[in-house]
Amino acid sequence: MSGYRLPRGGAHVERDRPFSFRFDGEQMHGLAGDTLASALLASGRVLVGRSFKYHRPRGVMSAGPEEANALVEMRAGARHEPNTRATMAELYEGLEAASQNRWPSLAFDMMAVNDRLSPLFSAGFYYKTFMGTGQATWHFCERFIRKAAGLGRGTHLADPDRYEKRNAFCDVLVVGAGPAGLMAARAAAASGLRVVLADENARPGGRLHEDGASLDGRTAADWIAHELHELERHGVRIMPRTTVYGYFDGNVLGAVERVADHKPLPEPHEPRQRHWTIHARRVVLATGAIERPLVFSGNDAPGVMLASAGLAHAQRHGVAVGRSVVVFANNDGGARTALALDRLGVSIKAVVDIRREIPTALAAELGARGIRLETGAVVAATRGRKALSGVDIRGFDPASGALGANIMQPSCDALLVAGGWTPSVHLASQAGSAPVYDEQLQSFVPGSPREAWTACGAAAGMLDLAACLKGGRDAGLAAAAACGAGEGSLPPLPVLEGAAGAEHPFPVFDVPATGGAKRFVDFQHDVTADDIELSNREGFRSVEHLKRYTTLGMAADQGKTSNVNAIALMARARGLSAPQVGTTRFRMPYTAVAIGALAGRETGHHFAPTRRTPMHDWHLAHGAEMMPAGIWMRPRAYFRDGETLRDAYVREATMVREGVGLVDVSTLGKIDVQGPDAAEFLNRLYANGFAKLPVGKARYGVMLREDGIMFDDGTAWRLAEHRFLVTTTTANAGPVLAHMEHYLEVVWPELRVHVTSVTDRFAAMAIAGHAARKVLQAALAEGDVSNEACPHMGIAQGRIGTHRVMIARLSFSGELAYEVFCDWPAGLAVWEALLEAGLPERIAPYGLEALGTLRIEKGHITGAEMDGRTTLADVGLGGMASQRKPYIGSAMTSRPAFVDPARPVMVGLVSTDGAPIRAGSHLTARGGGASLGHVTAVTWSPALKAHIALAFLSGGRGRHGEALEAAFPLKDERVAVTVTDPCFYDPDGSRMHV
Amino acid sequence: MRIDCPCCGPRGVAEFSYGGDGTLRRPDLATREAEPFSAYVYDRENPRGPHVELWHHIAGCRHWLRVTRNTLTHEILGVEMAGRFAGDAARIEGQGA
Repeated sequence: MSGYRLPRGGAHVERDRPFSFRFDGEQMHGLAGDTLASALLASGRVLVGRSFKYHRPRGVMSAGPEEANALVEMRAGARHEPNTRATMAELYEGLEAASQNRWPSLAFDMMAVNDRLSPLFSAGFYYKTFMGTGQATWHFCERFIRKAAGLGRGTHLADPDRYEKRNAFCDVLVVGAGPAGLMAARAAAASGLRVVLADENARPGGRLHEDGASLDGRTAADWIAHELHELERHGVRIMPRTTVYGYFDGNVLGAVERVADHKPLPEPHEPRQRHWTIHARRVVLATGAIERPLVFSGNDAPGVMLASAGLAHAQRHGVAVGRSVVVFANNDGGARTALALDRLGVSIKAVVDIRREIPTALAAELGARGIRLETGAVVAATRGRKALSGVDIRGFDPASGALGANIMQPSCDALLVAGGWTPSVHLASQAGSAPVYDEQLQSFVPGSPREAWTACGAAAGMLDLAACLKGGRDAGLAAAAACGAGEGSLPPLPVLEGAAGAEHPFPVFDVPATGGAKRFVDFQHDVTADDIELSNREGFRSVEHLKRYTTLGMAADQGKTSNVNAIALMARARGLSAPQVGTTRFRMPYTAVAIGALAGRETGHHFAPTRRTPMHDWHLAHGAEMMPAGIWMRPRAYFRDGETLRDAYVREATMVREGVGLVDVSTLGKIDVQGPDAAEFLNRLYANGFAKLPVGKARYGVMLREDGIMFDDGTAWRLAEHRFLVTTTTANAGPVLAHMEHYLEVVWPELRVHVTSVTDRFAAMAIAGHAARKVLQAALAEGDVSNEACPHMGIAQGRIGTHRVMIARLSFSGELAYEVFCDWPAGLAVWEALLEAGLPERIAPYGLEALGTLRIEKGHITGAEMDGRTTLADVGLGGMASQRKPYIGSAMTSRPAFVDPARPVMVGLVSTDGAPIRAGSHLTARGGGASLGHVTAVTWSPALKAHIALAFLSGGRGRHGEALEAAFPLKDERVAVTVTDPCFYDPDGSRMHV
Repeated sequence: MRIDCPCCGPRGVAEFSYGGDGTLRRPDLATREAEPFSAYVYDRENPRGPHVELWHHIAGCRHWLRVTRNTLTHEILGVEMAGRFAGDAARIEGQGA
């Protein structure tokens, strides 16, 4: 037992509202207003976690967002969340938490052997041990390393909670509701501006809760409540539990509001967290400062804690962090904390200060309260492994850095360390301002702004309360003025009594190692002072190299407590000053952000809209298995009783070849192209000619990219002199429209053309097979699709039932076929009318698989062949390209690589051993060898009674008849194939010209 | 990042799609040689500082915009219509979005 609940005090806790919770299965008790950390401390718990690399026992080290040690797994089942900071987790009834990174238990962790083997695990040990010895070693060891790495375990269950995303717009965003932030918000709000005040803690007030000052005769708690009331009266949006984690371009900031993390479960209809995108004209950064640890042997023992945290746990939660407390400092904060704790009833054994002298008033007060003070002294070592049991206090010469004589070796169960304050410059750094060094603070403060922000308070290096309050007000006024606000009423500064002064550190924060013990700098990633010296010796001296070689500051806490000490140590090793070493740039997020908060509602089937054609429900009702095709859902095949996929598509494809079938092609991209220059525009867009396409005819066309590679194919129907209907592939409907808009607006603005997407204006279906004309004509109440009225590539108008239809005689299957377009809402009626008219011909619908079979048999291309690498000539359509006109890509098509005879070109393959060919297979000579090409599309062909494929084969046109192999090494498959022409079926096209 | 679309007003960058270098001029339609097109397709400056680039307001008015952006700071220094509406805000009003 170590920490305990003080008999009184604790401004945040409600002593009459006890909560019970479980930690590692053990039932414990806390109070409403506790954090998990304060409740654990109050229960006497010291050991809370194991460290990342060495699995050393660790306890709570802080009382805020900087916590590096007390990371726990919270909640159970699907709500399980690892790496939660116990210092930020608010206690609720029934909270369940578990320690992490230990096996089999926290008290006895097998992996602690790493600590004994630590010479192996020095900086860069992965590289030296596993990678330096060759690839094979790394490949062998990787799975063990991956298993050992990391802290908490995640869950694989779906997150049952809901997250929201919202935007907020304001004139002034104040980040941090400490004394500076509160004053800034008051000053900005006084001029009538829209002000948002966000704070990551549950309660606004920041360090005011610990400062001990009275403001305008009120206690800190009363003054904060009064200020919040005033802010609300001025319409300020106050957002507690809201962490502003990122500062993005254009004064856009990201924040996460923890709406329900402090409750057992979110209320019904309440999100767990809410992500805010805040658009602010001006930002006031009042993000405060974080206390630094001191560097000495055994400074990570459970029970060693930041002095500010020891005070915060006592002031806020009424918790003494130990029964016998030693304080170790290099600034006035040590003595002040000791005095404050003593007044709160915490037993202080000694104050150890590196400095030879401390202010006489402080020394006198310590003396008056009977607290032992050792100046010019340090804590040279700690005792106790799983819990602090004592410290060794020795003399110290700050000039030489040498340890002196033993002074005392008291037993104690808590050691509070105060090494100075590090302004939280994260957001300013994210916004592109390199922090600048402040000699007095021995730390960095925000540099000159590149975005529209002002820093104030401790974040700007103002460490005493009076300066924070005034600095906050000034920043708020400046932000208001920058927003063009007139003079508001100036909020008066509160009259202070008993405020602590600035705590500027003595420029020594580290103590030589004793007894070979480790001196930690980065607690979360287990980086020691020796690692930093090693990094320097091995030449990784730049702060960027230091970070990557030692992984310092790269843990989840981003080095909040370690970066400044590390930079100072590297500076000393190199004989430079800290500003010469400099800092790395902070990246968002300031603290970890749940992916769920970033995703918001856009998860599962809400991730993207599900697009269905008007015949969707009909497809489902008739046995269709739907599959995603681009952004749409399309039928793959219509299954009849007992059919396999192959049974179904073979039946459907055979039906089209031997009778008639109907396929839903509503998902084709459709673009209405209108204007006096429409024909000229399409003539430039397509590789083949369109200028002379007669009205009432359609034409197949291929568009290239500017580099001469195929972009998309489709048809264009000339509906009138100045009007075309262009179809695109399903996948490229959007890109083709953007492509057209680009040329019309940027490249050829003189063309008088307007383009409009009409994809979901028209439902579309294709009726294919030798009975297609008969069936279609039977369905038409009005219109003529005879060969004379509607020849191949002809367009006809008509009516089916009451619905207008537009018909084009086009064939993708190679059979006599018509595409029938109608109004989108009429799609189902027209579809059903065609099926009914086709009953005598035993018409049936067919899906994507059969569509694929039919087109592969014909050697027609799709996106699988237009893969961004192929030209018209590659797929055998070189003859289509116009020689008489320029078009997009025309000048680039004759480049040497495009006319290389060894270039892979499209061929057909027939499996000669009866085995199916796998898409993605590579072509080799029989018996193996280098890849000669690859397979793009495969099917069983009912027409050929063979497994066939389309493929790209180097020099393929001269290799028809050759015997090759289609190899798929991942499955250890080799299929004997013969190369053929890519058009397997009806090469002269006689079947569609009937 | 926000772009002040001349047609729609200031909008979040998620509504726009990047359209590449806005300083390029496509060779004349009648050009038959590959070289000028090769430069148009492949040669790109990588400027440090202000850069003119194209953005397509794909989830808005669908106009193509010529945006001057500082590549160091992402500051948007200017936005205008590309092509036929360039510098002609009055006509945009009449054309609608």
